[in-house]
Amino acid sequence: MPRARLVRFFSAGYLTLIYAFFYVPLFIVFCHSFNYSKYVSDWNGFSLRWYESLLSNTAILDAALNSLLVGVCAASLGTLTGTLTALAIKRYYFFGRKSLYVAVLMLTVLPDLVMGISLLIVFIALHMELGFFTLLLAHTTLCAPFVTLTVLARLAEFDEYLVEAARDLGASESRAFLHVLLPLTAPAVAAGWLLSFTLSMDDVLISTFTTGPTFEVLPIKIYSMVKLGIKPDINALSTIMFAMTLTLVLLAQAITRIRRK
Amino acid sequence: METPPIIELRGIAKYFGDTCALYNINLEIANGEFLTLLGPSGCGKTSILRLISGFERPSKGDLLLNGRIINNTPPERRQVNTVFQSYALFPHMNVWDNVAFGLKMQRRPKGEISRRVAEVLRRVHLDALADRMPRQLSGGQQQRVAIARAIINNPLVLLLDEPFSALDFKLRKQMQFEIKHLQRQLGITFVFVTHDQEEAFAMSDRVVVMNEGEIRQIGTSQQIYEEPENLFVARFVGDINVLDAVITTLGENGICMADVEGVEFPLHVRREYEPGETVNVLLRPEDLKIHLEHEKSVESPFFLGRIEETVYKGATVDILLTLDNGKRLQAVEFFNEDDAEISYRPGDRVTVTWVAGWEVILTAESE
Amino acid sequence: MPRSDAKAGSVFRAVCIKVTWLWLAAFAVVPVFALMLVSLLHKEHYEFFIPVLTLDNYRELLGPVFLTVFWDSTRLAALSTLVCLLVGYPFAYGIAKSPATWRPWLLLLVAIPFWTNSLIRTYALILIIGIHGMANKALIGLGLLSAPLEMLYTDFAVFIGLTYTFLPFMVLPLYASIEKLDAGLIDAAKDLGANSAEAFWHVTLPLTLPGIMAGCMLVFLPSFSCFYVPEILGGAKNMLLGTFIKNQFLVANNWPLGAAASFVLTLLLIIMAGAYRLAGVYVAGRERKDSPSHAPTPVSGDE
Repeated sequence: MPRARLVRFFSAGYLTLIYAFFYVPLFIVFCHSFNYSKYVSDWNGFSLRWYESLLSNTAILDAALNSLLVGVCAASLGTLTGTLTALAIKRYYFFGRKSLYVAVLMLTVLPDLVMGISLLIVFIALHMELGFFTLLLAHTTLCAPFVTLTVLARLAEFDEYLVEAARDLGASESRAFLHVLLPLTAPAVAAGWLLSFTLSMDDVLISTFTTGPTFEVLPIKIYSMVKLGIKPDINALSTIMFAMTLTLVLLAQAITRIRRK
Repeated sequence: METPPIIELRGIAKYFGDTCALYNINLEIANGEFLTLLGPSGCGKTSILRLISGFERPSKGDLLLNGRIINNTPPERRQVNTVFQSYALFPHMNVWDNVAFGLKMQRRPKGEISRRVAEVLRRVHLDALADRMPRQLSGGQQQRVAIARAIINNPLVLLLDEPFSALDFKLRKQMQFEIKHLQRQLGITFVFVTHDQEEAFAMSDRVVVMNEGEIRQIGTSQQIYEEPENLFVARFVGDINVLDAVITTLGENGICMADVEGVEFPLHVRREYEPGETVNVLLRPEDLKIHLEHEKSVESPFFLGRIEETVYKGATVDILLTLDNGKRLQAVEFFNEDDAEISYRPGDRVTVTWVAGWEVILTAESE
Repeated sequence: MPRSDAKAGSVFRAVCIKVTWLWLAAFAVVPVFALMLVSLLHKEHYEFFIPVLTLDNYRELLGPVFLTVFWDSTRLAALSTLVCLLVGYPFAYGIAKSPATWRPWLLLLVAIPFWTNSLIRTYALILIIGIHGMANKALIGLGLLSAPLEMLYTDFAVFIGLTYTFLPFMVLPLYASIEKLDAGLIDAAKDLGANSAEAFWHVTLPLTLPGIMAGCMLVFLPSFSCFYVPEILGGAKNMLLGTFIKNQFLVANNWPLGAAASFVLTLLLIIMAGAYRLAGVYVAGRERKDSPSHAPTPVSGDE
């Protein structure tokens, strides 16, 4: 069928084009980060000089450490909160269940800018000093809804009656959680953690409003560098950040696929 | 009923918010009995099962297991196990671990667990598949795991919630036999939920027919089919013809005369009726006797009617006919050796009557 | 999952419910109300203890300054959303119709930019469309241009940036709804005499409406409010909504005005979410229960 083949050919071509649109710019950044020259248009040979200059920049290293710290803490807190929320929504009747579920959905689509500003207002109203702690709370709020949705999607894949079956066979509610729900949702919880961590590491909008000058994080630092124009250090830094995201997303994907086999 | 019932529901009602799922249910289930809850979906049969298993609590009334009130006992502390409609096998455990789950929850010693699991797996013919994961099993095998997992705890009562709904016709028949056989071997009480009357009749000692949160009749399969107590039960279990009649004269020996769809018939009644009282005459399709009009049946009285349609069913022929007053009836004719051919054609004029005494008379219900 | 009304195991149950309530009340409900409150305060003293409520801030939003910002932002965001939809729909469709073994990988390739820092992705564009960028180099190399063209710091650059950044947010929900579509329906439409275009118009498109709405919401709202894409690619030429709001908080110190503008954004979100829900009801033919089906599935939502 030549017509079908034609359609397939165009379809493949179109997909390739869009994927190129996604990845060519990133690929150029990647290549250019090893370029000795400052200018994208010239290739003056392979070099690690921009990575070296990055390593000697203590301000960036400090910001990176801060980001890692907040990322790990916010991802953990967000995963805990998000998972418990998913379980509560899926498993129990309680006052406000539906409204809270809508609130979770709204949080995932709420523009980060609005989230950042409204949290800023709350922090200031409570006279909290902007810094690590406020940023941690803000990023937890950013991450938890994504975890909730990941875990809910996972729970939806199972027979609805698994927990009841466990109870029926003599397990208490908490032992049913331990022996049935936890092992089954573990991949989603782990994937949720990894993705939360990337969200936190990548966030510019919320960090702009909810951290103070005493606690600078990497995305903010990059943003102020980018605003000043192209500096080859940024290529190196972007490459590292992209590699990190790539690893985490692949890892999350691998985890969620293992048990499906 | 000298031994006390294993399960007793006393005046149980269940509300979900404003909606009432069960009204004033009274039911005693004898030890060792195979009892089926039969009814259309939403009739409350699953609610009863969930009350017994402990996933719901009665809003009113008491639930007794082995003589003790268990209204508030959580499911894990009831000696009752369930075979779920979807089986609910733990997907991250193999067959062996699924079956061992209940014993592990009771923290039994390892040796005892492996001995009992092996024994139960042998009983359901799954000993060769102990290492398989649930998704590697066929539907019938999954069902056996679900049964094995439930009976290993030696429950006082086994609950089965539409366990065959996911199986194809042949497998369903086979599993029906196996479950019946298992129940006889184990000697424990089975409470079975289904909406399929044939399944209910084939398996049960007693059947409870339910509709809209109420019990409509309790009885053996034969009682339910042959002596329905109301129109709902009559219509739900099998096909039925409902004729309108008015009592004309009272007779003796439980027989009175009535005007049935314009023709005078003697009716076998089970209680007293007044002349002028309207009643329904219920007749199963197989109760009707049909003859071609020109054959001049000696039996009388009879209706006159016309064949509308005949449907060949292999062992039987289904016949649709219309009486001269416009009433439509269904009949079934069986092939037999003396009467090798039943050849009615649409349009044939026929006489219709029934085997005397097979009719069921009910006070007319407003529908 | 059937929810048990059994109170047994209530410690675990209580913890789950309390955490859910506490978290969502403290970090979702309270902040939005705080935002609304601040938007009603006087700009001179936005101390929280002064309960002088006013609509002045909203009145100021109707002035020419904000309306220009609002109009420019709407135009750009709407254009990006439209282009994302037009580009993303066939793309998502292509992925959904690709061989089943490829699909997870193709989807993963969309999920990676979805999760990648959009700041980095925006920055990457500079290397392409900047004055020394690859685009100029290529065009000059091909002889199509004699001198480098300055594409950076224009509305066009911002538009490209927004489209590039938010395209994955369109593709994922679109894919989710296209993939769910029963292929038998298209066959049925064709069997009944529809040609491919008619089948698409009468069957595929209406049934994927929830995905379209979700995608548009996920592209429009952030491209409407994000400040760094326009600031990096658009320079300081036209102020857009994100920058306007940010400046009220970090530069002009007019929190009530910034809060009012943010609240308008929140209202927009609520309207769009409502429209999305209606689309879901329309497709399902009834109220949908508990299915976050078109919300962005974090890792690719493959089977």
